[in-house]
Amino acid sequence: MEFFLQQTVNGVTLGSVYALLALGYSMVYGVLKLLNFAHGEVYMFGAFAGYGVLTVLGGASALSVPVWLAIVLMFLAAMATSSAIGVALERFAYRPLREATRIAPLISAIGASFFLQASALLMFTANSRTYDTPQLIEIQTGIALGPIRVWMVRILVIVSAVVLMILLTLWVNRTRLGKAVRAVSFDREAAAMMGIDVDKVIVVVFLIGSALAGIGGVMVGLVFGRIFHLMGFVAGLKAFTAAVVGGIGSIPGAMLGGLLIGLAEAYTTGYISSTFQNVIVFGLLIAVLLVRPSGLLGRPELVKV
Amino acid sequence: MSDTPGDETRIGVDQWVEQSEDRREKYTGWTAPARRMFDQVSPGWRLALFLLAAAAYPFLVRGSDVRIGITVLLLAMVALGLNVVVGWAGLLDLGYVAFYGFGAYFYAIVASDQLPAHWPTWAAIPVIVATTALLGALLSLPSRRLVGDYLAIMTLFFAQIFLELVRNFERLPFVPDDLDLTGGPNGITGVEPWELFGFEINSQDLFGGVLPNFSRQYYLALIFLALLIMGLHNLNESRTGRAWRALREDTLAAEHMTIPVNRMKLLAFAVGAGIAGLTGAMFAAVQIGVFPTSFTLFFLITMYAAVILGGSGSIPGVVLGAIAIAYVPELLRDPGKAGWLFYIGLGALLYVMVKRWDHVAVTVGSVFVFGLIVRFFSGRIWDESTMGEANDAFMSRLMDDWVLILDAQRDVITNYVFVLAIVGVMLVVVARAWWRIAALVPTLYFAILVWENKLAFEPSITRQLMFGAVLVVMMAVRPQGLLGTRRVEIT
Repeated sequence: MEFFLQQTVNGVTLGSVYALLALGYSMVYGVLKLLNFAHGEVYMFGAFAGYGVLTVLGGASALSVPVWLAIVLMFLAAMATSSAIGVALERFAYRPLREATRIAPLISAIGASFFLQASALLMFTANSRTYDTPQLIEIQTGIALGPIRVWMVRILVIVSAVVLMILLTLWVNRTRLGKAVRAVSFDREAAAMMGIDVDKVIVVVFLIGSALAGIGGVMVGLVFGRIFHLMGFVAGLKAFTAAVVGGIGSIPGAMLGGLLIGLAEAYTTGYISSTFQNVIVFGLLIAVLLVRPSGLLGRPELVKV
Repeated sequence: MSDTPGDETRIGVDQWVEQSEDRREKYTGWTAPARRMFDQVSPGWRLALFLLAAAAYPFLVRGSDVRIGITVLLLAMVALGLNVVVGWAGLLDLGYVAFYGFGAYFYAIVASDQLPAHWPTWAAIPVIVATTALLGALLSLPSRRLVGDYLAIMTLFFAQIFLELVRNFERLPFVPDDLDLTGGPNGITGVEPWELFGFEINSQDLFGGVLPNFSRQYYLALIFLALLIMGLHNLNESRTGRAWRALREDTLAAEHMTIPVNRMKLLAFAVGAGIAGLTGAMFAAVQIGVFPTSFTLFFLITMYAAVILGGSGSIPGVVLGAIAIAYVPELLRDPGKAGWLFYIGLGALLYVMVKRWDHVAVTVGSVFVFGLIVRFFSGRIWDESTMGEANDAFMSRLMDDWVLILDAQRDVITNYVFVLAIVGVMLVVVARAWWRIAALVPTLYFAILVWENKLAFEPSITRQLMFGAVLVVMMAVRPQGLLGTRRVEIT
């Protein structure tokens, strides 16, 4: 029971991060029908931006500002860096291809992803870094949940992810711009004819999706410690899996999918094999794709000819 | 028959309109005469010319350079296979690298001490090709239901799963503990060379030293490439080839024309995979070993870059792309040659950007002045910024007195300048007319600074940056590649 609870907490933590990443995939897919392969790299740069701020502030053991301020600054820096990269990606890698054949933006996205990975390798070298979070927040802190104790950082990650998702849902459903996003997702051309500035909507979607990815990057750094230039690739794949499982284009679907993938990964690691967790998670996704291509909460796409 | 002049004119007008495409000059610009001449050469003669040049290559170079030739030929073969799936059938297969790896591992296992029994080459190769093709066909089964992005991501998962299985084979639950077929992260070493008709195709020389080392493997690869080109050319001109192109253009319409869409997809995957398996087996023999790191995303991107750069769907294009993608990075390994390559490339890009020689001259002059100004001020502020030495003998004399070669803090400052250079490139793309030149000047300077301080010493990172950029830029500027034909997708 204790082990099960522990794995569940792990899974929910991981799932929150995947959900944040999956939201970016899902929103971008919604407006552009494009799989943003470089999203994982955006997340990786967010993690490095957070690390950069931490280093500038003196490192985890000799912090020159209060801990809460340091964490806020890390999140802000990650959001700024990631959104800048996301918006640049949209402008330079995807916008020129909006009317191109369907395969072209995908290849461009793979190229952009690879370019960003190589840039990170050039700038940060292949060594992995660590946030050294236990120095920031005592590992004993937290709340007791039955027989186990949940670390403060995990609570922080889960709570902030939930808050962000609620805010995002409110934004999409209640504001004018959110309505425009929904309209563009539904039918880009018709939205343009109704006077919606489609370019602006797409930029905003990239901005928000990338900022969420940046936050996810810092969260992973805080909880799991290790960050490195290749971290975006597999995480990106899994987050995309989450988006697909939940139903791509659907915001609650991305959250649900993220949670499911996180839990699946945690239970696989705990009960079956940590070596083959990726194999099992990917196998699961292939199965979901084959049985229900539109995902759990997605609507089947009708193709009109 | 009506003889009213109006009718006749109308008919003539219609014909005139209809034939207007034929009258349009197909090629324009200064490359047009050469390209028209190239068009007049028949495919057979083109292949013969290419083979003649390729066969002469080992006569002209040293032994170690023949190895580069082998790399080029193997990349050309595997890229041709990828071209069947992506270029002709239009299926975005991101798991293609796994077939290459499968072929390589299969050959390595049956031709090394991993198994007690060694298979003879003539038996191993057909089995490998057939098995890989079968695997490809199996992977294509999901493509009945999945298209586009979903197919891409699923095949990518397949590649990841393949890699993880290879890395952790001995830990699989149903595998006995003492059986380590793939050698895990260490791979398999001691793979034997191919042996056909009693002739061992190893890394030795040919004709008693007339041709340098590695030329046996080189010619074997060349023979297979030639066979492959001929086979694929015929396949492309056949019913099957037309069917593939039809389903690439519009799957639904193809289905209505009674093309068996699913069978054609399966066939494309199988043919592509079979070619990858064959090339993989050759690769394992040339390397004398296989390692999981050879079959990562990096090689997948390399293959895609070759197909996209040359022109997906075009056989000469893909071969040209493979030559460019495999050969150019080899030049980067030598800092002297790499410097030339970088500055020539930069010059060419500059010309493409501004398209006027007087503007090029103005820009180059401004960059020079900009460099002197930066050097003057940075020397005042911080002595050590001018202490280092440039990377190569010839350029350093030119560069030392001009571009900042950092000594202390080299990595940190280069990182910032790298970011500045990328921002600069973005500004250049957005800006127009004189603003573009204004943005170009610092961008060029920053690019040169990053190159002289870091990239010149990091050929493998430079190569990765280059491949990524090739994919993005080609898609935006010339999606049909160098030799491809432009396609219009009707939606």
